[in-house]
Amino acid sequence: MATQTLIYLFVGLSFALYIGIAIASRAGTTKEFYVAGGGVNPIVNGMATAADWMSAASFISMAGIIAFSGYDGSVYLMGWTGGYVMLALLLAPYLRKFGQYTVPDFIGTRYYSKAARVVAVICLIFISFTYIAGQMRGVGIVFSRFLDVPINLGVIIGMAIVFVYAVLGGMKGITYTQVAQYCVLIFAYMVPAFFISFLVTGNPVPQLGLGSTVNDGSGLYVLQKLDLVLQDMGFAAYTSGEKSMIDVFCITLALMVGTAGLPHVIVRFFTVPKASDARKSAGWALVFIALLYTTAPAVGAFARLNFIDSVQDTDYAEAPAWFKNWESNDLIAWRDKNGDGKMQLGKGDAFQGAPLFAESTGTNGERVVENVAADDNPNEVYVDRDIMVLANPEIANLPGWVIALVAAGGLAAALSTAAGLLLVISSSISHDLLKSTFRPQITEKGELLAARLAATAAIVVAGYLGIYPPGWVAQVVAFAFGLAAASLFPAIFMGIFSKRMNREGAIAGMVTGLSFTFLYIGWFKLWSPESNVAANWLFGISPEGIAVIGMVLNFAVAIAVAKFTAAPPKEISWLVDKIRIPRA
Amino acid sequence: MSDDNLDAPQGDPDRLATSANETAYWSQNIRLLSILMTIWFVVSFGAGILFRDFLDQFSIGGYPLGFWFAQQGAIYCFILLIVFYSVRMKRIERQYDLDD
Repeated sequence: MATQTLIYLFVGLSFALYIGIAIASRAGTTKEFYVAGGGVNPIVNGMATAADWMSAASFISMAGIIAFSGYDGSVYLMGWTGGYVMLALLLAPYLRKFGQYTVPDFIGTRYYSKAARVVAVICLIFISFTYIAGQMRGVGIVFSRFLDVPINLGVIIGMAIVFVYAVLGGMKGITYTQVAQYCVLIFAYMVPAFFISFLVTGNPVPQLGLGSTVNDGSGLYVLQKLDLVLQDMGFAAYTSGEKSMIDVFCITLALMVGTAGLPHVIVRFFTVPKASDARKSAGWALVFIALLYTTAPAVGAFARLNFIDSVQDTDYAEAPAWFKNWESNDLIAWRDKNGDGKMQLGKGDAFQGAPLFAESTGTNGERVVENVAADDNPNEVYVDRDIMVLANPEIANLPGWVIALVAAGGLAAALSTAAGLLLVISSSISHDLLKSTFRPQITEKGELLAARLAATAAIVVAGYLGIYPPGWVAQVVAFAFGLAAASLFPAIFMGIFSKRMNREGAIAGMVTGLSFTFLYIGWFKLWSPESNVAANWLFGISPEGIAVIGMVLNFAVAIAVAKFTAAPPKEISWLVDKIRIPRA
Repeated sequence: MSDDNLDAPQGDPDRLATSANETAYWSQNIRLLSILMTIWFVVSFGAGILFRDFLDQFSIGGYPLGFWFAQQGAIYCFILLIVFYSVRMKRIERQYDLDD
């Protein structure tokens, strides 16, 4: 069967599966809509959490980012897994014991304040929309690359699918589709990884392959060879990295704390039956996540090695088929700076910015790019990093069904995360804003309807952001993690571990952490991007890592303010005791 | 306040005060958390970042040790930490008769 037919078949089957599951698990009550009835098995929830967590970026982009940044890519590997330790040990069991539906619920109740609840809702909505725009775009990109469908139509199809199972099924529908999506995405990720590991090292297990010798008779270890080859070409060694230690430290910590503070992740732990299940479930989630996260650095390293091997100093005329294939998809471009007809790789940009292709072809048959020249370096090849995962099956000469699998896997990763985000947005509107703040008299039925309407509206906004991505979306992913780390995490943590923390302290802390982080990231990413260089950063910390300072400020301000204001009422002290003890 | 389902037991002074058993349980939990969060810090920020250059002189297979911690080892340790905490807490909770 032709690869194209297989892709349609696999994607179509996976969509039919998601919709079938959604119809079988419709939500009938608000409890089912918000927390899947609260009776989800911890292993099932762990799997759903893994799919919820691993987005289009984890699936498509992460290995490529690591391939091109080497050791520096570790910030994502440790940062996006270490947060689960904080979740399992510091937050999840207590929030489960608290037993409500949303993160603002906890903050509003623990700090006996509607204002605190509304501040939390604002943080949550901002974080979730920043994140979801990227997912819808990811859906569109997978559609356009694998199915020859225009990006915008792809986004609309994605919206329709998510609409069916998120609006109909609520958290209940999402949970079980996420389990299916995890299976699809992990299978799609691992199969090409086994092959490429076997191809490069002779060991099919990528985690072991990365520590083995290269299969080319040189006797060099994979990482040794990468270091040598890259240094030869003028790059830093793969295993050494270029970021400063303080920056690596802060980015890792900000991502960890941000992970632990992301509302769509936290809320997954509200769906298990008991506090002890929340701990267990976080452990399972990390096992399922680690499978992909320990594979990604191996895939990145192998793909980089493979890429250099097959491109460096090769005549364009003899470039491998996948090279030209992805060139025609705009992800690769070549400009023959020295006119020798061979492709040279090196440090620096082949030309300025993303490629602007002309209609014509050059002397060697390559697509001509019209970008402004960047002739201060020898690099001739532009590569989009996503290629390290997307082109892997072709680089490793794998059959068409593996390519089809990767397409279905990328869609599963993007859709599962989008659905989880939509749900927390809709429940924060129907539950926190309507039921708990502005219209407490709303009926159960009315609230469920409001939740569905809010989810529908959120899908439309998300789709709009996917079709007309504001230029800032890619720039501000740091916002989502930064704001979660600097605003929500400290408030939740102190709410559990300090009985003395009061309304005034928590609100002052959240507002301080939020505004400091927002202004710092905004300044360097949006308003003054030209000044975004290490020399201008506070303590040498980049905008990606600045949430650490925001978090410290949050804690400091909250503790200071709480010291000089009235202690929380007795009932709150009793509430904290109650959430600390697992027994009901 | 918006506290609608966690009705505080006004006329029940026993439940307003934390019992000695609960206090002991909580301080044991805090002790365990401090130990595990220290290990969490050491395997990731310590081995993977702060002392990476020192550890990189050793290697396991083709991995320099510090690099291994940063891209593999820390993640395996994270899983072990959660599993250990989960099992240990269950036992502590039973011991204090506070399990769920």
